[in-house]
Amino acid sequence: MDNFLSVRDLRVHFPTPDGVVKATDGLSYDLARGKTLGIVGESGSGKSVSSSAILGLHRGTNAQVSGEILLDGTNLLTITDEEMRQRRGKEVAMIFQDPLSAMHPYYTVGNQIAEAYRVHHDVNKKAARTRVVEMLELVGIPQPDRRVDDYPHQFSGGMRQRAMIAMALINDPSLVIADEPTTALDVTVQAQILDLLQKLQREFNTGIIIITHDLGVVAEMADDVLVMYAGKAVEYGPTKELLTHPEMPYTWGLLSSVPDLTADVDEKLVPIPGTPPSLLSPPKGCAFHPRCRYKDQVAGDLCVTQQPDLTPGSRGPGHLKRCHLTDPTVPNEEEVARS
Amino acid sequence: MTMTDAAPTGPSTATDGSAPLLDVRDLQMYFPVKSSGLIRRTVGHVQAVDGISFQIESGGSLGLVGESGCGKSTTGRLVTRLYKPTDGSIHFEGRDIAGLGPRQLKPLRRDIQMIFQDPYGSLNPRHTVGRIIGTPLEIHDVVPKKQVLPRVQELLEIVGLNPEHYNRYPHEFSGGQRQRIGIARALTLQPKLLVADEPVSALDVSIQAQVINLLQDIQREFNIGFLFVAHDLAVVRHFCPEIAVMYLGKIVEIGERDAIYQHANHPYTQALLSAAPDVKQAAIGGRRERIQLQGDVPSPINPPSGCRFRTRCSYAQDICAAVEPPLLQIGRRHKVACHFAGEIGHHPAEPVTAPLLGVDRHGDRVPGTDPTPGLGTDSGYSDTWYDFPGRRMVRDESA
Repeated sequence: MDNFLSVRDLRVHFPTPDGVVKATDGLSYDLARGKTLGIVGESGSGKSVSSSAILGLHRGTNAQVSGEILLDGTNLLTITDEEMRQRRGKEVAMIFQDPLSAMHPYYTVGNQIAEAYRVHHDVNKKAARTRVVEMLELVGIPQPDRRVDDYPHQFSGGMRQRAMIAMALINDPSLVIADEPTTALDVTVQAQILDLLQKLQREFNTGIIIITHDLGVVAEMADDVLVMYAGKAVEYGPTKELLTHPEMPYTWGLLSSVPDLTADVDEKLVPIPGTPPSLLSPPKGCAFHPRCRYKDQVAGDLCVTQQPDLTPGSRGPGHLKRCHLTDPTVPNEEEVARS
Repeated sequence: MTMTDAAPTGPSTATDGSAPLLDVRDLQMYFPVKSSGLIRRTVGHVQAVDGISFQIESGGSLGLVGESGCGKSTTGRLVTRLYKPTDGSIHFEGRDIAGLGPRQLKPLRRDIQMIFQDPYGSLNPRHTVGRIIGTPLEIHDVVPKKQVLPRVQELLEIVGLNPEHYNRYPHEFSGGQRQRIGIARALTLQPKLLVADEPVSALDVSIQAQVINLLQDIQREFNIGFLFVAHDLAVVRHFCPEIAVMYLGKIVEIGERDAIYQHANHPYTQALLSAAPDVKQAAIGGRRERIQLQGDVPSPINPPSGCRFRTRCSYAQDICAAVEPPLLQIGRRHKVACHFAGEIGHHPAEPVTAPLLGVDRHGDRVPGTDPTPGLGTDSGYSDTWYDFPGRRMVRDESA
């Protein structure tokens, strides 16, 4: 496969007076052109931090970034700031969660999108404006030649997110990182935006990393899923396999704790007990063990003392899991909850 | 079921014969829009809630779903009387509380409590948890001062927190724990009705389930009625046996869980359901056919005439702009407000409501016929209803 993005052993650590916060700790994944990777995890699991490293957003901060981020063979962590600046927005673009705070309230939507274009293209204002109107039309904004002069507050939430997508795609980047792109939106608008992203992805053959906590969004959008917990990948594999046959208790927990539209309503939800750990002092051994209901099924106190490696799962090539459990089938959650 | 000629206007009858805990009729909330400048004239109204009716039985729970701006949160705040409604009635245990003043409302606050969405913004950061939970006891003088602390600890235990943590501050707790504090505070006065406004949407996925389970346990144990406001269709389905779908200040469809999720008759409900991403569905075989809604929700200041959904509805015809569809009962516990109501693929070609409203298919008045009086204003369910496929009234024999 043509993996144009390879992340290898990415670590993003933040030194603080209380100790080092290992926000991302040894993350590796690949992405092919035109494909979508979904990164799932709770708040504080390191999913956003790892992706902003690709854009070089930790440069100039006190973050310690190590590992490799290879985009078309270039390691984004070793290039100069100027080289990074040339790539940012052109080869890698980002769609943020909250378009109202991601856009400047003082400038028109058209001006902001045109700026993103003119940074990388030597064109005059008029040509840039034509291109912006074209992009706004492409993302489905009605009367784009008129709306281009509106301010962000004159757009509805869904339209602002469309404008954000237009801004991200105007330079035809090979990689788009969408950080919770639909979390702030209603379901009907969310459906529109997800469809739009997929349509544009097919058109431009863009690679997309979609960061979300919503497994439903991942199920619909992603080809591969990466589940993160406490800064590490705990399961990684093709979406369909991973969501139907997960082999890591945290993934089981995520799936069993959300109600769906067809489940038996008399069945109680099975939550994951406890709360996510502090990244300042993550638990020894497997970071998930304090919340794991299955650690008794592992011989000895392996889960408590030894960090499991990311090993091949049983769902074919590309499926990796980080767990000591030897029997990878989902046990009956109800029985475990009762015991 | 037998056919009858009875008019669909019979008095409201709660299914078990007793009065419902909450009976809301024709509730209306208009917020004035002022002009800028020295003399701030009222130039219009945001019609946040415009004539909705529903009932909640003791220990029952009604889910309110809809997109942002549809008026679901405003409805919750009206029921708790944080707002004073512009019009309509709110009967709580048989007494109309819509027009009560602050003094008269005070004893009522014990019975109706609220859980807020944001566990960070709804707790005073400078008060200890014990004070946050204990203050309602002191305000309402429920227990002697000495017993406040034991009661607070009891409540902390009920919601699954360590009773010894009463002297901690909110910032020492995680989001899920803070929501538990909010729930404990709401339970302090042993309310009969809890309005939960998006109680889990600010929480992480793994924590959501903990809080939903807690709310369910509480409801069963204390027999509390719930008005559950949320946008997450799966969560509402899991929690509420009865659901109302709102659009632009109106209830467009209301009914039992299965009526809404399996037999939705309103095009908006159908679109909403088809838009919700579903893990299991998507994981096994691609996704469902999605009904795409075009454009955005219109402004509630100047809503469309007739049916408010018509501007985004693919079934809309002339009548939809001319006449507002009444909320008609079409099943034992199922009402819908649509001229072309029907399950997906079974929407009729002719407006089913026209004969009841005394209009033709374009919405023009037919001379000599009158609209059925009082259509769709009932807050409860009747044991006779209009059967759309059969085009006549039917009676529920089992009632």
